[in-house]
Amino acid sequence: MSTNSTYYIPHKATWPVVGTVGLMIMLAGFANYLNGSSVGQPMMIVGLLTFITMLVGWFSLQAKESESGMYNHEVGISYRHGMMWFIFSEIVFFAVFFGTLWYTRNLSVPWLGEGATKELLWPAFDATWPTNGPGKVGGDFEPMGAWGLPFLNTLLLLTSGVTCTWAHHGLLAKNRDQLIKGLIATVALGFLFVCFQAIEYHEAYTEMGLTLGSGVYGSTFFMLTGFHGFHVCVGAIILSVVLFRSTKGHFSPENHFAFEAAAWYWHFVDVVWLGLFIFVYLM
Amino acid sequence: MSAVVDEHDHDHHADDHHDHGPDKGLLRWVITTNHKDIGTLYLLFALTMFFVGGSMAMVIRAELFEPGLQFVDPAFFNSMTTMHALVMVFGAVMPAFVGLANWQIPLMIGATDMALPRMNNMSFWMLVAGVLLLASTLFMEGGAPNGGWTLYPPLVLQPITVGKALPFAIFSVHLLGISSIMGAINIIATIFNMRAPAMKLMDMPLFVWTWLITAFLLIAVMPVFAGAVTMLLTDKFFHTSFFNAAGGGDPVLYEHIFWFFGHPEVYIMILPTFGVASTIIPVFARKPLFGYASMVWATASIAFLSFIVWAHHMFTVGMPIAGELYFMYATMIIAVPTGVKVFNWTATMWKGAMTFETPMLFSISFVVLFTLGGFTGLMMSIAPSDFQYHDTYFIVAHFHYTLVPASIFILMAAGYFWLPKWTGHMYNEKIGQLHFWLSVISVNILFFPQHFLGLAGMPRRIPDYAVQFADWNMISSVGGFIFGASQLLFLYIVIDTIRGGTGEKVSDEVWEDAGKHGLEWTLPSPVPYHTWTTPPLTVPTEHVLDSH
Repeated sequence: MSTNSTYYIPHKATWPVVGTVGLMIMLAGFANYLNGSSVGQPMMIVGLLTFITMLVGWFSLQAKESESGMYNHEVGISYRHGMMWFIFSEIVFFAVFFGTLWYTRNLSVPWLGEGATKELLWPAFDATWPTNGPGKVGGDFEPMGAWGLPFLNTLLLLTSGVTCTWAHHGLLAKNRDQLIKGLIATVALGFLFVCFQAIEYHEAYTEMGLTLGSGVYGSTFFMLTGFHGFHVCVGAIILSVVLFRSTKGHFSPENHFAFEAAAWYWHFVDVVWLGLFIFVYLM
Repeated sequence: MSAVVDEHDHDHHADDHHDHGPDKGLLRWVITTNHKDIGTLYLLFALTMFFVGGSMAMVIRAELFEPGLQFVDPAFFNSMTTMHALVMVFGAVMPAFVGLANWQIPLMIGATDMALPRMNNMSFWMLVAGVLLLASTLFMEGGAPNGGWTLYPPLVLQPITVGKALPFAIFSVHLLGISSIMGAINIIATIFNMRAPAMKLMDMPLFVWTWLITAFLLIAVMPVFAGAVTMLLTDKFFHTSFFNAAGGGDPVLYEHIFWFFGHPEVYIMILPTFGVASTIIPVFARKPLFGYASMVWATASIAFLSFIVWAHHMFTVGMPIAGELYFMYATMIIAVPTGVKVFNWTATMWKGAMTFETPMLFSISFVVLFTLGGFTGLMMSIAPSDFQYHDTYFIVAHFHYTLVPASIFILMAAGYFWLPKWTGHMYNEKIGQLHFWLSVISVNILFFPQHFLGLAGMPRRIPDYAVQFADWNMISSVGGFIFGASQLLFLYIVIDTIRGGTGEKVSDEVWEDAGKHGLEWTLPSPVPYHTWTTPPLTVPTEHVLDSH
């Protein structure tokens, strides 16, 4: 007979409150910082450290519980639901910025260059893309090309998707060596991507005049690629943890939710990048 | 298997006994993972916020009692309208329904707890953190946000409306969003993964169905709001131009994004309302719910339509005529599935052996008054007419009818309906009925005249008004004060019931034959700390009789 009694219900959860307090202090600190208050930065640091403590503590606890066999098949399904819908919410978050780019390029910029807006307000404005608007906000800039570092980064991320899957095959075939090598390659490619993106940003700011303040082109460019880059960092850190656990002998072909979740997240980040490469860099 | 896993050998759930009941002391509530504890926390927090947001409404009605400036300065008045909305939406109504979900979904589907108990704890505390950040702005230089709960740029980015509050309000939205998304993910995982094996999807009580669909809405739109306010933040502090025409952006884009979130958001507050009404009405009509399957499909249709009608909030902003027509007709279609629901509730009551206990009274008045609010919504969906109604008190009257005598009334009904089950004590029916009659009469004195004010042209979010609006405003304020005071009765009843109520010991079913309608009534009263450690073998199907 099916029973609920093997479904693990944890008790006395302390990490959620620690994490919440950390996040709240960090955000309150950030808000104070934006308001020009000197308590802002120390609060942000305290909050961030608290939050990181929570992440380390909570994930260690989960790893320990998982390895001691406390999670049955149903618990694993709940975790998979959790991760799947979390990624869905992330997709929606990125969709907002892709939607913003679409709206700006196809509606608001053309509207600025036609009709009464053009005749009465900005007769000199030529509604082409890329643009920093009729006010030339942020001054002259050079748009980011697609075929230098961005294309290289596309190849890096696509390759990392392959190495990640290769590692998964190693895990399923009980080939720990392949698992670890695959993960090392994935993490390395991920961090290399971030390094290249840093170089790209540096060039944009120092040589091309392209900044977050370069009108709506700079805004959408840095917001989309910046949030993506942040997600690559997070994904690479998650994969590093999975790599560390793999070297400790964690995971079995039957029980490796953490690996799967990290891999899903990585593929999600990968797919978002393809969207970015097409809509931000190419078109 | 671990030592922490619940272990017991009873085959029957009725007298489940556990080694670990609730912990002692206040810390229990901070670190709890029990769905009933967390449900209680959500509900008590929501009730507190209901009175906080209600006090702000009292300030608004006091100021509007007479023309001219009486009590507060205009900026503070605008802070009150803004904060009243944010507190009521994100602090009261949404958390109250999440609280009901926490208590009821596991009981109704035969689950031992929520699927992800630690995350359940975190989603509650994230809510508290978000509301604390928001409330802290009340005490800041420049006061709380006063540009309206919609936070439209460029207004909300201007120094006079910003003060120090804007970044706090934005981060508050982020925290509330994280809280809602975690709560929604938990509900989806629970419903899909924790149901008793005997319960098929189309056996689920309507409350569970409506929450499942609401959870999808939450995951799909809370990140949208988070993205929108993030762009506000960068426009204000990091020189971006998303909503700045000089930089190639467009403030109207914010309105599109906001209402792509905002319209599903209003259904997030109403769909669980429908679910509770569909649970209560059959019990007191002593009939199965009429048209169970059509209720499920109507809920799903309303949820789908909610994503494709957002610009009806923006008819006057300037849109191509094709856009106005599309959003007008798409909006009108919502009346069809909503009508299905209203007719189904009516048909459920038709020729039923009805009794009129307090939860049923609130539910019936919900059906009538929500329909009224729905009809004014239909009026506003007509784009050319909306040019007259836009930003007037007609809008205020409309959405308050869909929120107060609908969502809030049903939350009251849910309280009267389930409190005896949760506490094992009966509430005082006489005071309950007094609460109902005072509420239902005063809510109409409060909001009905606002239709007239709006049609006559009185704008919203204004602390002063022309003398011609004086009479109806005074009547509306009187209704508001009576309504506000009446809610103290509810507070009294909740406390009294928790502490013993009438002293009458309630049966497991609580309401006559309720056991036919839902699994929760087959458990003991009060519900033990842990339930369904063994899932039920059969599930009641009275509520789905019509579909089988």
